Formats: sequence, structure tokens, C-alpha cells
Amino acid sequence: MKLKVQNLVKKFNSINAVNDISFEIEKNSTLGLLGPNGCGKTTSIGMMLGLITPTSGKIYIDDTCLKPKNRIELLSLMNFASPYIELPKKLTVKQNLEVYARLYGVVEINKRVDEMVLDLNLKNFLHKKTGELSSGQKNRVSLAKSLINKPKLLFLDEPTASLDPDVGDFVREYIEKYKKNNELTILLASHNMKEVERLCNKIVMMKKGEIVDSGTCDQLIKKHGRQNLEDTFLKIARSNSEFK
Amino acid sequence: MNLNKIFALSLRHVYLIKGSFPRILDLIYWPTIQIFLWGFISKFFTLNSSYFENTVGIILSAAILYDFLFRSSISYNMMFLEEIWSRNFTNLFIAPIKISEIIAALTFTAIFRTLIGLVPAALLAIPLFGVSIFKIGIPLIFLLITLYIFGVTLGLLVTSGLIRFGPSFENIAWASLFFLAPLGCIYYPIEILPDWLQIIAKLLPLVHIFEEMRNVLIHDIVDYYQILKAIIISFIYFVFGIIIFYLSYDGAKNRGTLINMGE
Repeated sequence: MKLKVQNLVKKFNSINAVNDISFEIEKNSTLGLLGPNGCGKTTSIGMMLGLITPTSGKIYIDDTCLKPKNRIELLSLMNFASPYIELPKKLTVKQNLEVYARLYGVVEINKRVDEMVLDLNLKNFLHKKTGELSSGQKNRVSLAKSLINKPKLLFLDEPTASLDPDVGDFVREYIEKYKKNNELTILLASHNMKEVERLCNKIVMMKKGEIVDSGTCDQLIKKHGRQNLEDTFLKIARSNSEFK
Repeated sequence: MNLNKIFALSLRHVYLIKGSFPRILDLIYWPTIQIFLWGFISKFFTLNSSYFENTVGIILSAAILYDFLFRSSISYNMMFLEEIWSRNFTNLFIAPIKISEIIAALTFTAIFRTLIGLVPAALLAIPLFGVSIFKIGIPLIFLLITLYIFGVTLGLLVTSGLIRFGPSFENIAWASLFFLAPLGCIYYPIEILPDWLQIIAKLLPLVHIFEEMRNVLIHDIVDYYQILKAIIISFIYFVFGIIIFYLSYDGAKNRGTLINMGE
């Protein structure tokens, strides 16, 4: 599934949260959306998910323009995972996956839940309440929920934030493996530059609501004369920054 | 509307109730306390007043019906608040579920929560105070439906406020019903109110419902015109509630508050 964002603008009163951004994600590729806190990444994702109404601009999903009229239809092909949102804490992992499978109209619910349980190693805490899980376990459940409908377009907002290196690596490895075996386009917002280097085909750098640079990881490193993506990020983020 | 999605959302709340004994206890506790409280108060009035013979029956029936309204509305609000408290709000609104399906799911599940609390209390009133709300007969079904529609409407208005103003609107959720209670003429006839307040009170379905309940219990007469009027007024408010909910939802999408609700 291809995603195309065209001249997207979001103003909150007089503040330009997102200012005329345009980019494309090719089918089955992963785009990294990078930028300092408050640069407009989450607002942009919110607009792509139809949660925030853009002030102007268009979002195309496989050449279909996202509109309130077709939002439900398109949402059934997408999903989203973020450590900043959670699943109902008092429901068990299995109950949560079952509820979301139904909400996404999954046909063979038990089969799909079993697949996710096996893939993400959820068996040991499947009947435990979601609120009682560790961060790493919650994160895997959240990832399972985000893949329950076999989405064609997945939005990941800092998928490995607050995870220990072992679980973080498991998640990254799983995403890579899943992508190899399934048709999936990913938009990844992350502050973990190693993760971005590993998973993304292309990077879009945002700052103060605008796109300040884009390209492949190597292109950006080379262009800014740095050794790695982290230094490149710092160079871009700190130009005119209050932390300079 | 997709029934499977409505069922899924209802299931989420059924699982929540089923998995927590304190939650079930909480649902039963307050209506039962109401029955005890109003039962004893009205028994005292019976012994010390000659206004009408069946004071216990009338006041207790009013208490049960009012609690039905209260529980319907609170159940609706609670289910919505649960999504905010559990930070599940964004997950819910990015799922391919229509607003009409969310409203339908909350409306149907609210009756389930309401009945868990109210049926034991209504049954308890029979042996304890010799009062059976079922004595109202067939009109009871219509009165309950009307109360339910109005309760859900109040729930819709409060949840619209939650979407518009965020979790800080929560206190209004609890206060909303107490605000209408004096105008609803739940425990007293409408004539008690000053003339100008009577005009306002008649715009609410509550007055017609509780007047009719007293009519049936005291005079044993059913005025279906009065019941129909209550249903129509409730339905008008219900449609108004739905419109407000949609407007709040659109407003929240414009302000971008749906993505971080509960944080």
C-alpha cells in the first residue's frame, strides 16, 4: 500500500503545528519520520489516521484520498502502535486481542489470535490482565494488536521506547521478519537512530512542523558530513535550537 | 451499522464487568442502598402522615425509577470514561468503527450494566417493604423505555462534553443528573413547583413519567397520551444528544484532542 502526503497543513489557532509537508512512502517500504519533540510527527500521524482534521492538504492511500466518507474503509487496512496509548488494563491479553480482532472485522478470530500469540511469544501471559504486564510484555501485546488485522499500512510511534535492549531487539527483528513475509508499508516515528538505520528505506526529517531534509540514511549522513544518523540528527535538530 | 463491531465493543465492557467482582458489587450496592434509605424514610412518612395510604409504594417506586434513569446515564458515562482512564481512547477511534456503532454499543451495554444494579434492588423491595414496582403493569415497560432513552441522552451530552473538554469534564458527569432531579418532580407532584418552573419542568420527560407513575399507583388509571408525550419528548432530546455528540467529535478532530485523550 502506498501513502502519499500532499501539502499537509495543520494550524491550531495561530500555531502552525504542521506546515505544508509532502512525502511519499512506496508500497512495502519503511519511512522513518524523525525530528525533535514537538516537531509535528504525532500531529502528522494523527492526520494520516483520520484522527485530526487537516487545515489543508491531502492524504492519499493507494491513490484514494482520505476523507471522512471513506475513513472507516481505509482504517480497516491500517493500524497503529504506540507506547503512549494502551489497551484496556483490566482485560486479559486474549480478551483484548479478541475484541480488537472483532472491531477490525477479522474473519477467523481464534486462528489469527493464535498466530499472533505464537509469533510474539505471548503464551505465558495470555490470560493475565494487560495492566499487570511488564513494559516489554505490554509492548509486544500492543504490536500484536497493531498486526491483528494484517494491515497493509502500519504506523509505529516509538515502538521500542522504554524497552530494554533485548526486548527492543526482539521487536525490531520481528518487524523485519514480518515485513519480509507480508505486504506491509510502515511509517516509523522514532528517536532511536539505530532502529531507524536498521528498519527504514527512507528518512524524512521534520523540524518546527516542516520537512527540513529527506533521503536514504546514507544520503543524509553523507550530505551533512557526519559519521552516523545520530550525529546527523543532532546537526539538523540543533541548528537554531534552544539546546545548541 | 455492523452488528459484529457493536458486539465487539459491548464485549469489551462485558469482559470488564465479568472479570471484576468489586465492579459487580459496586453496580448492585448503590441502588440497594437507595432502596433501603427511601424505604425507611417513606415508612416513617406513612406512620406520621395521612397524605396517601401507599406512601411507601409511591416513594419507593419513584426511587427505583429514578435510579433506573440515574444508572442508565452513569453507565453510559462510565463506559466512555473507562476508555479515557485506560488510555484506550486512541486505539478505539483508529479502529474501523463508526460513531453510530460506538453510540449503539454504549447504548446497548448501558442497559446491561443498569439491570445488574437495579433488578436485585427492585426484587429486594418486595419482601422488605412489600413494594413491587411490577404492580405498575404494562405501562412500566413504556416508562422504563422512556427513562432509558432520556438517561442515554444525558450520557450522550456528558460524553460530548468529555470529548470537547477532555477528562476535566468528568465532574459534570456526576453532577448532571442531580441538576435535573428537582425539576423532574420525582418524589412530589408538579404543583409543588412555582408556576414559572412548572413550564420549564414540562419540557422534560421526567415530569410526565413520574406524574404518570403516581397516576397509575394512586388512581389506578393509565393515561397513554401522557406516556406517549414522554416518549416523544425523550426521543427529541435523544436526537439532539446525537447531533451534539457528532459536533463534539468533529470539534475534537479539529482541535486534535482525540490523539492524546487521557494523557
